[in-house]
Amino acid sequence: MPLNDIVIVGAGQAGLQVAASLRQAGFEGRIRLVGDEAGLPYQRPPLSKAFLKGDGDPGSLSLRNAEFFDKQRIELLDGETVAAIDRTARKAILGSGKALDYDRLVLATGARNRALPVPGGDHPDLAELRSLDHAVALRARLDGTKRIAIIGGGYIGLEIAATARDKGLEVVVCEALDRVMPRTASPALSAHVEEVHLAHGVELQLGAGIAAIATDGSGAIAGVETGDGGRIDADLVLVGIGILPNVELAAAAGLDTDNGIVVDAFLRTADPTIFALGDCAAFPATDFGGGALPGRIRLESVQNAVDQAKCVVQNILGAPQRYDAVPWFWSDQFDMKIQIAGLTAGADRSIARLDAEKGRLTVYAFRQGRLAGVETVSNPGDHMACRRLIAERLSPSPDDVEAEGFSLKAFLLQHRSRPGA
Amino acid sequence: MVKVIYTADDGSRTEVEAKAGDSLMQTAIVNGVDGIVGECGGSAMCATCHVYVDPAWLDRLPPRSEVEEEMLESTASERRDNSRLSCQIVAAPDLDGIVVVMPPDQI
Repeated sequence: MPLNDIVIVGAGQAGLQVAASLRQAGFEGRIRLVGDEAGLPYQRPPLSKAFLKGDGDPGSLSLRNAEFFDKQRIELLDGETVAAIDRTARKAILGSGKALDYDRLVLATGARNRALPVPGGDHPDLAELRSLDHAVALRARLDGTKRIAIIGGGYIGLEIAATARDKGLEVVVCEALDRVMPRTASPALSAHVEEVHLAHGVELQLGAGIAAIATDGSGAIAGVETGDGGRIDADLVLVGIGILPNVELAAAAGLDTDNGIVVDAFLRTADPTIFALGDCAAFPATDFGGGALPGRIRLESVQNAVDQAKCVVQNILGAPQRYDAVPWFWSDQFDMKIQIAGLTAGADRSIARLDAEKGRLTVYAFRQGRLAGVETVSNPGDHMACRRLIAERLSPSPDDVEAEGFSLKAFLLQHRSRPGA
Repeated sequence: MVKVIYTADDGSRTEVEAKAGDSLMQTAIVNGVDGIVGECGGSAMCATCHVYVDPAWLDRLPPRSEVEEEMLESTASERRDNSRLSCQIVAAPDLDGIVVVMPPDQI
């Protein structure tokens, strides 16, 4: 049966890339891209960095201009939600009641911020950052703020901390566990990042669980109360404690969810006409190098959104292809360029190399004796070399890395299968 | 507006009007010019917006930063003397008409 109608739910990086890649691959049918936010799809990474710090126009974050959608015949239904999926009739039902017929449905529903489960955690003046609207509001509020408390020492919290500090605010970061980025980073990376934040005057409250949002007599936010009975004063409190995948639409349609919309290695749900990708999709963990990880994983990154989009398009239009792109992430904080190649989760050994003078760090993470990933700070050459190594399933041994003068780049040049590539 | 001419590996040309202040990477992406990927959004983190700048325009560009130098060593297509990351080239009136050639591979 020919494919005529493709409906994409979610107009973030993943959804937009599916639409763009469908046309690039020669799909001539109808493409409808439904996004709950009004306006053109935009880039999220700058929201916590350059956009928050500067005075740039929100329009400058657009991923494509309006002419692109016209020229490519991509129908953008912005400010619209998909309320339900009728899998039998193959219809996506919009919030407005209108039904969109589909031959293939792509779920790129993204994620939303987790709420802070403490008294006052629903205070309307708590700040958060996920959308462009959040960023516009936060940017305006930072200008009138003297001291900000950021709950959550993950990437978002730390990027906002660096931006706010650069803007001259007093900044305190409260992290419930004993180091920053506790779930994603190696202890060596956490330690280095903490040191740089401290050197820039950020206060770090580690092991500081939050008991409540503190308010003054008038009910306005005055800071946070910590689990050990302490109190941190602040005139602005931001919550950045991670995200929850938007799985409700899929679940209501009877599709499996488990920390994300469950898909197979081809990013297909149990319904062969429905795919899911990006922040909302839980996919089987491939052996990206460093030994297989058990179970499914869900990755929150631009790289994952873009590469999964290309894979979904391939699997809609052509011969099935497993998703196995090498994951990578990045973050900018102060003058640090933090890059992570591979999946360092579950690493059983790590070797850190720090050039304190230049502020350059490389942490090699091994799983079962093979290189699972590399975290770097301001060491882009090592980052790129690691991505190539993992893509080619090449791995130095821990002994290689321990040897005097080891360089990932030299190792890559020696071992890669495509010289000159 | 600043005219930017993107030449693909097969010789086809796309002419685009860039807003002053936007990078040549961003301009290509927003206009849907194939051949520039720009995965990291302009942070010089991914080396997927590699271009060869027409030599006539090279002198008008600011020098490469240390990070750009290092990322250019990791491009998918060969690095040449006129290699730049297009995310680090900002459209300005004195670049009106600039020609950049996109390499065969970005990833």
